[in-house]
Amino acid sequence: MDKKKNYFRDPRILCSLCILGALALAALLGNWVELYWPYDTDLSLRGAHPSWAHPLGCDLNGGELWVSLLRGARVTLYVMTLTVLLSFTVGIFVGVVTGYQGGWLDTVLMRLLDIVMAFPGILLAMAIAAIVGPSIHTLIFAIAATGWTSTARLVRGQVMSIKEQDYVLAAIALGASTPRILWVYILPNLWSVLLISAAFSLSGVLMVEAGLSFLGLGAQDGAPTWGSLLNQGRTVLLEAPHLSLLPGLLILATVLALNFLGEGLRDYLDVR
Amino acid sequence: MILYCLYRLLHVIPVALGVLLSVALMIHLVPGNPVDTLLGEFATQAERTQLREKLGLHLPIPHQIRAYIEGVATGDLGNSLVYNRPVAAMIQERLWPTVELASLAVLVSILIGIPFGIGGALWHGRWFDFLCSAISLFGVAMPTFWLGPMLVLLFSLYWGLLPVSERMGWSSYLLPAITMGIPLSAILNRMTRSSMLDHMRENYVRTARAKGCSRTSVIGKHVLRNASLPLVTVIGLQFGVLLTGAVITERVFDWPGVGTLMLEGLHNRDYPVVQGCVLLFSASYLVVNLLTDILYAFVDPRIQLQTRSTKHG
Repeated sequence: MDKKKNYFRDPRILCSLCILGALALAALLGNWVELYWPYDTDLSLRGAHPSWAHPLGCDLNGGELWVSLLRGARVTLYVMTLTVLLSFTVGIFVGVVTGYQGGWLDTVLMRLLDIVMAFPGILLAMAIAAIVGPSIHTLIFAIAATGWTSTARLVRGQVMSIKEQDYVLAAIALGASTPRILWVYILPNLWSVLLISAAFSLSGVLMVEAGLSFLGLGAQDGAPTWGSLLNQGRTVLLEAPHLSLLPGLLILATVLALNFLGEGLRDYLDVR
Repeated sequence: MILYCLYRLLHVIPVALGVLLSVALMIHLVPGNPVDTLLGEFATQAERTQLREKLGLHLPIPHQIRAYIEGVATGDLGNSLVYNRPVAAMIQERLWPTVELASLAVLVSILIGIPFGIGGALWHGRWFDFLCSAISLFGVAMPTFWLGPMLVLLFSLYWGLLPVSERMGWSSYLLPAITMGIPLSAILNRMTRSSMLDHMRENYVRTARAKGCSRTSVIGKHVLRNASLPLVTVIGLQFGVLLTGAVITERVFDWPGVGTLMLEGLHNRDYPVVQGCVLLFSASYLVVNLLTDILYAFVDPRIQLQTRSTKHG
C-alpha cells in the first residue's frame, strides 16, 4: 500500500456507518425519548394509519409505531451485540486453541464443530429457544450456540497460517512462552479478519433474531423486537400494511448497512 | 472415485452419530423436569409415572440414547404427545409438500440467478451489471418473513392475482416458491457472475478466441461449463439455509409441510415431534452435502486428487 487510505473515503463504509450510528444513537437515546413520548397505548388507535398526529401510525396495542420501533431497536441491538460478543469469545478461544495446538484437542473440537454445523441454519437455535423457553437471554444463548462455529473455523485457519510465519518461529526460537506468542504475535494479526467477520455476523444475528421472533420464539418479556412487530403485522396485512412494511424495511436497511460495511472493510483491509 | 466416496462416507458417520446423540438428549435441555413442565403442578403421581415411561425418561441416560437410536434405525420416532400418533407417520404426511416447495424454490433460484449472473458478467461494468448487483444485494438482505407478506399483499390482496395461502392448484405454489427462492437466487447470481468473470480472463478463452471461435460459442461451450462448477457446491451448501427457510416460508403461507409440523410441535411442547423434525432436517442436510461433495468430485476430478495427496502427507 503506497499511501495510507482513509476509511471514510469508501462510500460504502461511510454510508453504512451513518446508518448504523443513527440506529445505535436512537437505541441509546430511547430511554430519554420515552420520558417525553411515553409508550402510551390507546386501543381505539389500534393499527391506525400514518397521519400528522401519528407519524408512522400505531401498532396493534394502539401505541405509536415509531416508539415501539425504537424500543425494538434497543432490544435488537442488545441481542445482536451480546450474541456476537459471546459467540466470538467462544469462537476465538476454540479457534486459537485448535489452530495453534493441533493434536487430539483439535480433532475432538473439530468433530464437535462438524456436529453443530450439521444442523442446518437456525434450526438448532429454534429448537433450543423453544425447548428452554423463550426469553431474551435464551435467544442470545441459542443463537450463540450455533454462531461460534463459523468464527472458530475462520480463526483456526488464520492461526494455522500465522503460526508458520518466520516471526513466530523466531519468537519460539527465542524462548517466548505460548501465552506470549498468542497474545503478542498471533491475536493482533487476527483483528482485521475478525472485524470483517463481526460485521457479517451482526447482520446474520439480526436476521436469525428477527426470524425467531417472527416465529414467536423470540423475546417475550419487555419490548417487542422488529421481528415480533412483523409477526403482529402479518395478521392485519390488508388493514394495516405499514405494520409489516416498516419493521421489515428497518431490518433490510440494517442488514444492508452491515453487509456494505463488511464488504467495504474487506476491500479496505485487503483481506481475502 | 469409489475410494473417494468411501472416504467421504466414513467422514459423515461420526457426525451423523453426534447428531443422533444430540437429538436424543434434546429433551434434557428443558429446564427442571420435562414431565413437570408438561403436566403442570396439579398432575397425580400416576400420570407423572406414565408420562415418564412414555418419554422413556425412567431409563438411565445411556439406555435412553440406545432406545432412541434403535427406534430411529427401525423407523420409529416415538409417539406425538398431543395427537398420540406415531411421529414417523405424521412426518411422512407432511414431507411431500416441503419437498415440492424446496425443489420449486431451487428451480426458481436457478431460473432467476444464473441468467442474470451470466448477463452481469457479459455486460460487466455496464448498467445491466449494476442493476443486477444492486438487486442481488437486496435479495441477500431481504428477510423471507418480510418478502413473503409483501408479495402476498401485492399479488393476492391488492391485485387478487394469486391465492393467499393453502396448497391448492399450481398458482398457490408460485408465491411460496418465489419467496423461498429469491435469497438463493441472489447468491447464485453473485456466484455465477464472479465465476464467469474469473474464467473469462483465463488463457484458454483467449486461445479459443484467437483460433477464431465466436464469442458466443466460447462463452457457451467453454466458460459456462467451467464456471458452473462452483455453483454445484453453492446450491448444495445453501440447501440447509433453504430447509430452515422452509420453516419460515411455510409459516407465512400456512403451508402444510414439515416446517409447520415442527413449529406446531415447538409451540405445543410436543418434544418427540420436534426431535423427529430436527432429525429429518439435519439428516437431509447431511445427505445433500455428501452428495454435493461427491457430485463435485465427479465433475471436477482434481478434488479427488487433492484429497488423496493431503491424506498421504
